Amino acid sequence: MVIPMRKMSKNQIGIIKSITVKGELGRRIRDMGLIPGNKFMIIGRAPLYDPVAIKMLGFTITLRNSEADHITCEVSDSNCL
Amino acid sequence: MSRKKIVVALSGQPNCGKSTMFNAITGSTARVGNYPGITVERMEGYCRAQNYKINIIDLPGTYSLTSYSMDEIVARDVIINEKPDVVVCMLDAVALERSLYLVVQLLELEIPVVVGLNMMDDAKRKNIHIDSKALSELLQVPVVECIARRGIGKKDLINSVIDIVENKKRENIPFYISYGSDLNPALKEMIELIEKNKFLTNKYPSRWLAIKYMEEDENILQQGKENESIHNELVHIVKRVEKHTDKTLKTYPEALVADYRYGYIQSLLKHGVISREYAFKHSFSEKIDRVLTQRFFGPLIMLLVLYLLFWLTFQLGAYPQNWMQNGFDYLGQLGNSYIGNELLRSLVVSGIINGVGAVLSFAPLILIMFAMLCYLEDLGYMARVAYMLDKIFKAFGLHGASVMPFIISGGIPGGCAVPGVMASRTLRSPKERLATVLTVPFMVCGAKATVFLMLADIFFPNNKTNVMLILTIASWCAALIAAKILRSTLIRGAPTPFIMELPAYRLPTLYGIITHTWDRVWQFVKKAGTVIFAISIVIWAFMTFPQLPQKQKVYFNKMRREVVLQSKNLSKERNHAALSKIANLEQETALKHSYGGRMGVWLERVSKYVGFPWQANIALIGGFAAKEVILSTLSTAYSLGDPDNEEAISTSQGRNSTEQSGIISSSMLGRKLLTNSAWTLPMVISFLLFVLLYTPCFVTIITIAKESSWMWALLGTFASLAFTYALCVIVYQVCSVFM
Repeated sequence: MVIPMRKMSKNQIGIIKSITVKGELGRRIRDMGLIPGNKFMIIGRAPLYDPVAIKMLGFTITLRNSEADHITCEVSDSNCL
Repeated sequence: MSRKKIVVALSGQPNCGKSTMFNAITGSTARVGNYPGITVERMEGYCRAQNYKINIIDLPGTYSLTSYSMDEIVARDVIINEKPDVVVCMLDAVALERSLYLVVQLLELEIPVVVGLNMMDDAKRKNIHIDSKALSELLQVPVVECIARRGIGKKDLINSVIDIVENKKRENIPFYISYGSDLNPALKEMIELIEKNKFLTNKYPSRWLAIKYMEEDENILQQGKENESIHNELVHIVKRVEKHTDKTLKTYPEALVADYRYGYIQSLLKHGVISREYAFKHSFSEKIDRVLTQRFFGPLIMLLVLYLLFWLTFQLGAYPQNWMQNGFDYLGQLGNSYIGNELLRSLVVSGIINGVGAVLSFAPLILIMFAMLCYLEDLGYMARVAYMLDKIFKAFGLHGASVMPFIISGGIPGGCAVPGVMASRTLRSPKERLATVLTVPFMVCGAKATVFLMLADIFFPNNKTNVMLILTIASWCAALIAAKILRSTLIRGAPTPFIMELPAYRLPTLYGIITHTWDRVWQFVKKAGTVIFAISIVIWAFMTFPQLPQKQKVYFNKMRREVVLQSKNLSKERNHAALSKIANLEQETALKHSYGGRMGVWLERVSKYVGFPWQANIALIGGFAAKEVILSTLSTAYSLGDPDNEEAISTSQGRNSTEQSGIISSSMLGRKLLTNSAWTLPMVISFLLFVLLYTPCFVTIITIAKESSWMWALLGTFASLAFTYALCVIVYQVCSVFM
């Protein structure tokens, strides 16, 4: 199942499928190591539910929900921790 | 024997321990400066090894070498324009894959690179095994294992640098990544075109240029436009490829370039470089974050931390600030007793010593504030603060990290905008940062707070706390609304991407904090010695010249003589009182006679719409030097003499002393103002609001100019003046109708 990152819930694991934004934001996302094929886990949301924090292999990234909209992810229902 | 020079640029992604390594190598030789025209800090230092003096430039930490942020452009320009002999790139071994992304881009620039594989201890703890020899062979560059915090690896890094220089290994290292069947032919075509026409090849490698065109790098495209025909041809090729990739792969060249770079890195790592457990084990930092960013406790702890930082800054700062103030007072006394000429004495004591002294007394505040801020930043907590607060600040076009400058400037009354504006350096997004810098001066700084406390004491003796609370809330509203207005007009534009790393918590090294803080304070002090010195004199002259004509001086002297003649019949105290009454009257007349006073009178034409008499106007003009001066000028203007000049001028330090002088003068000034027909309730409300918002003091303006540009500083000053005036006209007129 492919869904945008915003729709994922806490502790869910996903694999980045595509980054659908061009320009500065797209480049920033890739520069920070969020690239198709990489596995990650949602580790939390800020007290006001935005931004979201995700854990990659070796580092943790936070981004706004409006930015997470541009990242689609492959998730399966069974891989929640 | 003179040593040979080597220039090294130190590069690396944020949080990789690059600055720690820089400090370890350069020690006390490190100096902070600024790149001309922009606010990116330039750190430089040197070390000696073998027969060499090695100059090291610490580049800003960047994830990549594109041209979106100032930091990245600076890093790239240093490498290209200053041609360092070697670039040392520090990597975070724990995030090896992403760190190598920067290394690959450096190698594409075809420059000699040494890789420092940092945080090897962390990696071992996390069961990540890295074969640095294999990595070195695959990349064809020296790879040195380091633990920067303990200084491990610095000697090997330096030796590798010297080795490269001595063996002329910089004669080039072609570096080649295949960008796949869609891009490769186009790249080849572009490279031929570039080489045939020597298109920018004096500065950049041809293959790199082709890749940058593929990535639509703004900076390079801009430079390329100078040779329009080639530029157009190159753009044409890119457009063609773009069309093709969009049709076949639903992607675009820039994304493909990144994908292939990461693909190259993946293939490197698969050659036995790294082995680790692929599991999302919860790290130590995550466990801490479960509390520190928890929905309820997170904000609570954050408020506590912010308050503590604020409290410590101004509590601890009060002591050195008092010492400095006492020192300047002593200097002033020396001046008073040893300078014979009245005018010269006034210039030295009232103009220079008071002016520069008031400003220098900020230095301890800045020192303490920066040290603590640096600590929180290096610890990794500032990123969490931005994370928790971003949603609120984003609504006003700001950034989560804007909160710190706001708090320090007086988000809690009693701060100071000078360190507040400087604290905005932690903001990495330029638009949000500019909006923050321009709006923090609205906050209730310590100087404004003394003015408010005194006026509230006079006019609202039973509601002092409420007045302070309302003014504080008003300042936040004004600042946030102003930020919103700025971000939708002058600094318009989509929000800078927020996406950032939440670095693992690490205890900062004391040494790094000390050197960094000290350099910033020193820069501020140097500023005080030059610009602020000059402006102090100008403001003094404005309030002193032209002096009273001889006729009036004679008149006051005559009055004095009469008092002295009658003194036989009077008690000593009454005699003294009569004399000081004359002195005060003379001071008032002199002030009114000066350019400043005349301007105050002239301004009544405008200020009558907000209800201010000339005395209030000149007080506000004086407040431009420092907001506390409003009180002392007001006292002089109402011929009360200076209630306690030294203490009124002294800044937010020594609450006790200001409060004491507040009690003395507020009773006198209070009686004067309460019975004065101009100080009606609507006028007082409009005056309070005006003091809260009108313009930053000149020290703040200079700081803003330094952190942005003079254009923005002046624009901010005049815009806030106009905005405040308009607001006060409305408030005064409406209040006058209803009260």
